Amino acid sequence: MADLHTPDALLVKNYVEGNENALATLIKRHESKIYGFIYSKIADRDISNDIFQDTFIKVIKTLKGNSYNEEGKFLPWVMRISHNLIVDHFRKTKKMPMYRETEEFSIFSIMSDDSLTIEGKMIVDQVELDLKKLIEELPEDQKEVLVMRMYQDMSFKEISEITGVSINTALGRMRYALMNLRKIIEKHQIILTN
Amino acid sequence: MAKIYSKKALASKDLKPKKEVVSFILNYSQALTVVKIEDKDFEIIAN
Repeated sequence: MADLHTPDALLVKNYVEGNENALATLIKRHESKIYGFIYSKIADRDISNDIFQDTFIKVIKTLKGNSYNEEGKFLPWVMRISHNLIVDHFRKTKKMPMYRETEEFSIFSIMSDDSLTIEGKMIVDQVELDLKKLIEELPEDQKEVLVMRMYQDMSFKEISEITGVSINTALGRMRYALMNLRKIIEKHQIILTN
Repeated sequence: MAKIYSKKALASKDLKPKKEVVSFILNYSQALTVVKIEDKDFEIIAN
């Protein structure tokens, strides 16, 4: 077998000239990097083995056909071939990469359920109910503006037209409504949170 | 605490292909001869 310290380029040259052992050395040297790269994308041992095999069949055909030019390095070239075969594989199967549950990786680390828990929903409902009760405590003119703005999503222009006051007055009433709400909350030490 | 966005690699560096696969590749290489005639490549597999 060829020396393990022989550079890749020389091994490739030897192989092209007919030294079959040079290929064995190249495979031994790079197999874990190439296979590891394929497996990291495919996550299936059997398919990774197939792609590894197809990669080297292409490598052999190219080298034996004298179509390889040592422009870049051997390993990046082989990696590029395997990358293209991985892309082909996903195109053929039209599947997204499959993730397997391992000790280090849980599928739930990339999937999450953002909806509220039952407890969370109850808290939100309670907060809304409390807030409505607080709003009922406000003076009528302030309550009217706040409800229109917050619950009916009206603009201050619309509010001023409906209530027959200027926009500035509507803004002022909204401001006092919020200040009064804060005062009531502080006074009764109400905790509104979710 | 800062959130880490990078995912851990699925594969460890010790992964290797099956011995049978490597053996097949080496046998295939020994059996294959590529002959160039004009612009065409002919692949000959020896039994």
